[in-house]
Amino acid sequence: METNIVISLDGVTVELGDRTIFDAVSFDVQKGEFVAILGPNGAGKTTLFKLLLGLLKPTKGKVRVLGAVPHRGDGNIGYAPQHRVLETDLALRARDVVGFGLDGNKWGIGFGSRKRDELINAVLKEVDAYQFADAAVGHLSGGEQQRLLIAQALITDPKILLLDEPLSNLDINHAQEIITLLTNISKRREVTIMLVSHDINPLLPAANRVLYMAHGHSAMGAPDEVVTSATLSKLYDTKVEVIRSGGHVFVVGAEI
Amino acid sequence: MFSIFQYSFIQNAFLAGSVVAVVGGFVGYFLITRGLTFAGHALSHIGFAGAAAALLIGIDPIFGMLAFTIIAGAGIGVFGKELREEDINIGIVMTLMLGLGALFIALYNGYAEQAYSILFGTILGISRTDVLITLIFGIATIVALTAIFRPLLFSSVDPEVAEARGVPVRALGIFFLILVAVAVSMSVEVVGVLLIFTLLVGPAAAAMRIVHNPLGAVATSIGLALAYTWLGIFLAATGSWPVTFYIATISFVVYLPVRLLTARR
Repeated sequence: METNIVISLDGVTVELGDRTIFDAVSFDVQKGEFVAILGPNGAGKTTLFKLLLGLLKPTKGKVRVLGAVPHRGDGNIGYAPQHRVLETDLALRARDVVGFGLDGNKWGIGFGSRKRDELINAVLKEVDAYQFADAAVGHLSGGEQQRLLIAQALITDPKILLLDEPLSNLDINHAQEIITLLTNISKRREVTIMLVSHDINPLLPAANRVLYMAHGHSAMGAPDEVVTSATLSKLYDTKVEVIRSGGHVFVVGAEI
Repeated sequence: MFSIFQYSFIQNAFLAGSVVAVVGGFVGYFLITRGLTFAGHALSHIGFAGAAAALLIGIDPIFGMLAFTIIAGAGIGVFGKELREEDINIGIVMTLMLGLGALFIALYNGYAEQAYSILFGTILGISRTDVLITLIFGIATIVALTAIFRPLLFSSVDPEVAEARGVPVRALGIFFLILVAVAVSMSVEVVGVLLIFTLLVGPAAAAMRIVHNPLGAVATSIGLALAYTWLGIFLAATGSWPVTFYIATISFVVYLPVRLLTARR
């Protein structure tokens, strides 16, 4: 079992200026797990990704990704930051955006090759985006752009996918499509997914575990264990009520 | 009518104009992609002060221009975190520099013609030495842009992921503005300080509306810039109106229908 741990945090504290973002946070993530990350704004969700990407060093504690200290440029991690709308006037096709994930960090112009095209086509097909491969990115919808960003993160065949709010700006049907897509990718590639969201509900069928972050602390476990009145009240240090109704979960009394 | 090509000043103009066009078309693509067109415009005005200062101390204006624009370009790169919000700061520094330029020209006590040529370009009066300087800086800029093409584009479109993938996003941003400074200084010889948009932004803006892939857009942009410049010099040499007028007009005449026809996209 030990070898199946892909991400581990051990007593990690992060202080930025005089703010404590993380206060002795510890947890492990297993290979192939789908983890939903929840919590209020400023709870350190993006900071967690920066730690895993090696963009930020913890003040105290140990962070390990695939058994090693995280380092920038690790092809084992695919990353899609909080969704930004790609501008209309960019002279970029969908396949160019995906190509960045493959060789955007390399010097020179890069004239492409058949092998490169095949790799890009394959990953575009995998995220069901091949039909708009040659469209200008500025003219794609939010859901279509999101597929491209996932394809971009996938193209180096990573072991871990870090997705920051991929479901924001999407309506419920499109969010559902993205989650189904991610669930399939996770199973097929045995890739570990950590996904930040502000709504647990669309993720309930997909997420193996939930990582709830608030006020520098975290709680991790199966959705039923973590998203409860008792756990969240302790985490927020105020009375929080979790109401389950018709397969949905509502958190009352706290900003999530 | 093609006999004009036997004059050395026409040959010089075509040589320097071609180099400047290639650089302008290339740099322009990234200026637009990075939302830095105003910074490019401002750098040319800052260069005016540099050129005037160079005249005052008796050296080639191009060196004064290079010095001022490179310092300003690096400054914008270092201090401007969110460049799109830096326009006011840049604008205020720009007008200060224009004021300084006016002072230097007044102190220079020379011909108003010098100021005029900095403002509107001197391509038909360019010396063989200036052609050489343009050639050297032009080739250096093209080589540098080619070398940083992919990471610069990646970090222009998606700085966060680029950084995570190990691209030196910030250093590239500063380096690019230094290249812009060089491109601007060179372009001033052809179109002058006031019309820098014509070569630096015009061709790239039209190209990016026609072609939707990076390499194609850059190639089209360079092609358009060359066509504008060649046609402009040719018309000016055979007629009696200034080159700058022709290039600016051609740039507008091409951009207008392209902009209108692609407006709904």
